[in-house]
Amino acid sequence: MIFDFSPIWENIHLYLGGILITLKLLAISLTFGLAAAIPLGLMRVSKQPLVNAIAWLYTYVIRGTPMLVQLFLIYYGLAQFAAVRESMLWPYLSNATFCACLAFAINTSAYSAEILAGSLKSIPHGEIEAAKAMGMSRAKLYRRILLPSALRRALPQYSNEVIMMLHTTSLASIVTLVDITGAAKTINSQFYLAFEAYITAGAIYLCLTFVLVRLFKLAERRWLAYLAPRKA
Amino acid sequence: MLNGYGSTILDGAWLTISLALTSMALAIVLGLIGAAFRLSPIKWLALLGETYATVIRGIPDLVLILLIFYGGQDVVNRVAPLLGFEDYIDLDPFATGVFTMGFIFGAYLSETFRGAFMAIPKGQSEAGAAYGMSGMQVFFRVLVPQMIRFAIPGFTNNWLVLVKATALVSTVSLQDMMFKAKNAADATHQPFTFYLVVAALYLAITSVSLLLLRALEKRYSVGMKVAEL
Repeated sequence: MIFDFSPIWENIHLYLGGILITLKLLAISLTFGLAAAIPLGLMRVSKQPLVNAIAWLYTYVIRGTPMLVQLFLIYYGLAQFAAVRESMLWPYLSNATFCACLAFAINTSAYSAEILAGSLKSIPHGEIEAAKAMGMSRAKLYRRILLPSALRRALPQYSNEVIMMLHTTSLASIVTLVDITGAAKTINSQFYLAFEAYITAGAIYLCLTFVLVRLFKLAERRWLAYLAPRKA
Repeated sequence: MLNGYGSTILDGAWLTISLALTSMALAIVLGLIGAAFRLSPIKWLALLGETYATVIRGIPDLVLILLIFYGGQDVVNRVAPLLGFEDYIDLDPFATGVFTMGFIFGAYLSETFRGAFMAIPKGQSEAGAAYGMSGMQVFFRVLVPQMIRFAIPGFTNNWLVLVKATALVSTVSLQDMMFKAKNAADATHQPFTFYLVVAALYLAITSVSLLLLRALEKRYSVGMKVAEL
C-alpha cells in the first residue's frame, strides 16, 4: 500500500485541536472585521469627498496587497521599531494569535466594507423616501431602515467573504499557530507523510466550507425570504 | 538602494509576474475546459467539472500549495520506484508552482466562464448550428468571442486574487519577491521596510492590472448600448 493513513488516525486529536483554533481565529476576526466594516461602509457611501476618499484608500490598499504581506508587516515588521518594542502594546504585538487576528480582521474589514457599500447603494430609493416622509431623523433612518436592509442584502456576498476568511485563516500556520494546516505540518514533520497529512487537512476545510454554505443558505431563507423569487 | 537588496527584490518581482502570467494562461485553458464540461449535456462530464470546481474552491490555496508541492513530491517518489526509477525525483519548483496556481484558478475561472456562457442568448448557438457549424465551431467562433465581454469583470477579480496568492509560493521556497523580501528582512533586521516595499510592488501590479483590464472591458463593450439614468 503506498498510502498510510494510520498515523493520521492516531493523531486525530491534533486535527481536532486545529479545528478549534481555526474556528476561534475565524470567529474573532469576523466579529471585529464586521464591526469595523459598518462605519467604513457608511464612509464609502458618504457624499463628503474627504470621508469617502479615506475609506476608499483604506479598502484599496488592503484589497490590493496580499494577506501574507499584511500578516508579516504586523507580526515581523512592527518589531523593527524600538518604540513599538518598548510600548505597552508589545505583549500583544509579539503574540502570534493576536497578530493573526488583527491582520485577518483588518483584511476582512476592507472587503466587507466594500460589500456593505455596494448593498447600501442597491437599496431601492423608495425605502429611503418613505422613511423621510415618516419624519425619521438621519440617525434613525440609518438605524431602522438602511443598515438592517443593507446587512440583509449583503448576505449572499458576505457568505463568500466568510468562506474566503475560513481559507485565509490557514495562513496562521505560517506564523507558528497550530490550526488545521498547522496540525498537518506537525504530522508531516513527524512522519514524513506529506500527502496524507495535507489531504486530510484539505478534506476538513472542505467539510467546514460545506457547513458554512449550508448555514448561510438557512440564514438567507430566514432573512432574505422577501427577496426570493415567487414560487410558481 | 535598500542596503543593496533593491535589485534582488526586483528579480523576485519578475518571478512573481512571470509565475502569475504563466499560471493564468494555464488557468484559462483549464477554466474553459471546466466550463465546457459543466455545461455539457453528458452527465458524467458535467459531474466531473462540478466536482473539480467545488472541491478546489472549498480548500484553502495554501493547503493546496502544500499538498501539491510536498505531497506531490512525496507521492511521485513513492510511485517512481514501483515503476523502476531508482533516483530521487525533484520536481521543478517553477513548473510545480505554475501547475498548482493554474489548477487552483482554473476552478475559479470555470465558474466565471460558465456564468458568462450562460449570459449569451440561446439564439446565438442555435443560429450557429443552423449555419451548419459543428459543436466545436459554434463554441470557438460564436460563443467564446461573446463570452469574453461577460467574463472580464469576473476575470479581473480572479487575476487580482491570483497575483496576491502567488505570495504563498514563497513558503515553499520558490524565490518570488516575497521570498527575497524575507531574506533581506532577516539579513538586515529591517522587516517592516522590506515588507512595505513588496506591499507597494504588489499594489503597483494590481493597480496597473486594473487599469489595463478596465480598458479591455471598454474595448469589448464597444457597440453595447448603456441606458443612461
